[in-house]
Amino acid sequence: MARRARYARDPLGLRRALSDRLLPGLVAAMALLAALALAGSRGAEALKDRWQAGAAAAVTVQLPPEQAVQMDQALAVLRAMPEVQSAEAVSAARMKELLRPWLGEVPALPLPAVIELRLVNAAIDPAPLANRLSETVPGAELEAHGIWVSRLAALASSVQGVALAVLALVAGVAVAVVAVATRAGIAARREAIEIFHDLGATQRDIAGRFARRIGLLAAGGALAGAALAVPALAALSSMAAPFAGGEVMPWTALPWLDLALLPPFAGIIGWATAQYSVRHWLRRLP
Amino acid sequence: MAFPCAMVRFTAVGLRYPSPTAPQGVEEGPEALADLTFTLPDGSFTWLLGASGAGKSSLLRLMHLAQLPTRGTLEVLGTTVRADRRAELPALRRRIGVVFQDFRLLPYLSAFDNVALPLRLAGRSESSARPDVTEILRWVGLAGKEASLPQQLSGGEQQRVAIARAVVTRPQLLVADEPTGNLDSHQARRLLALLTEMNRLGTTVVVATHSEELVANFPAPSLVLDAGRVVHHG
Repeated sequence: MARRARYARDPLGLRRALSDRLLPGLVAAMALLAALALAGSRGAEALKDRWQAGAAAAVTVQLPPEQAVQMDQALAVLRAMPEVQSAEAVSAARMKELLRPWLGEVPALPLPAVIELRLVNAAIDPAPLANRLSETVPGAELEAHGIWVSRLAALASSVQGVALAVLALVAGVAVAVVAVATRAGIAARREAIEIFHDLGATQRDIAGRFARRIGLLAAGGALAGAALAVPALAALSSMAAPFAGGEVMPWTALPWLDLALLPPFAGIIGWATAQYSVRHWLRRLP
Repeated sequence: MAFPCAMVRFTAVGLRYPSPTAPQGVEEGPEALADLTFTLPDGSFTWLLGASGAGKSSLLRLMHLAQLPTRGTLEVLGTTVRADRRAELPALRRRIGVVFQDFRLLPYLSAFDNVALPLRLAGRSESSARPDVTEILRWVGLAGKEASLPQQLSGGEQQRVAIARAVVTRPQLLVADEPTGNLDSHQARRLLALLTEMNRLGTTVVVATHSEELVANFPAPSLVLDAGRVVHHG
């Protein structure tokens, strides 16, 4: 009775013709790649935004230890310049914190006094500023990191573009895989399809049965792929945390919305591709 | 007996199958049927006769709309069949019952599900289809075989499942291609009794056969084909 009920719901025998292993397995692999590409794109976008925001502030002024007493004078000169949005002294405690990963605890080491500048525009040439500052505070050095940061931001943009291209490629391959699977299903059930056709089934009946089956298989495969991507992305997120500016909880940094959208998106791709493939094939019948 | 209107009307119909090497949609093969002009009245019973290769199966394929003519005008169930109005054909097909020469049962479906298939395709609910299927299987002598798969049935039983599937929707037109080819003479007579009963209930029946004995036992108008042309009708 159960068998009869099963085939009454699936009279084309698509559960057997369209394996519930091969197609979902392939879609799962593509969903995993898509998840990685999406996460890469999101990560690159976040880094680019952070670095671009930091580019304007990526100018530091160093006063030699013997000139540290002139910190207030240097700050006053810098804050008076129209090109400078803000100038803040970096505290000794923060300097030690920044240097600890590189130098360890070295309390006796003389450290330069450092001022962090934020310019009104990242494109401003810092050389004239350095000249004007050194006239007041001899030995003061101004270092601009903006060009490096800009290059890093450009690199992040490129990485994001590549990730999106990979995503598009994965979607294209998914369409091709579903089309091939659909054709295999049609070949396996060709006679049954012709019988359905001769008994008065519409293209919508036949294509709909294929599309529902393939859409479900694709969505299930994508769900598995997205689930597999979670631990991989958490590990990557954990490793990338230092580049993102500090402590990041791996689970909160994951692109959960993107991961959640993968199964329905794969299902829609499967459904639409199967609809098109079957209807195209059925055009050969009268 | 007067028949008020035409169930099937062929007017100068020709059918040419595409050559295997021709591009899709281009019919370049020999003409399987040529210049067919005849009318089958509503409620009639007609034998379709002719030697092997005369075109009987092709003619039946045109009648049940598995094939469209490459020329001429075909009218079935009062509707002119046109290639540019293909969306109308499934509804027409659901009003035609077909008994295929090779049964064409779905091997993974039980006898019950094979017979229920046309009703399910027509959108009938399971609860309303079940009594009809059970009744028609009993009518063809297959009560108790509902759960059997086709390969678990004899050739004659498979033939009766095919007939039950063809008539379960109470079609207006029933076409049968060599329906007695796999049956012994007793089963063949029993089958013809079923078909004539359908005809008595109002269904237009067309039966292609080689069996002269069958035609002799069930006298009716005949349509004789030779080399794709009608050589006798009446």
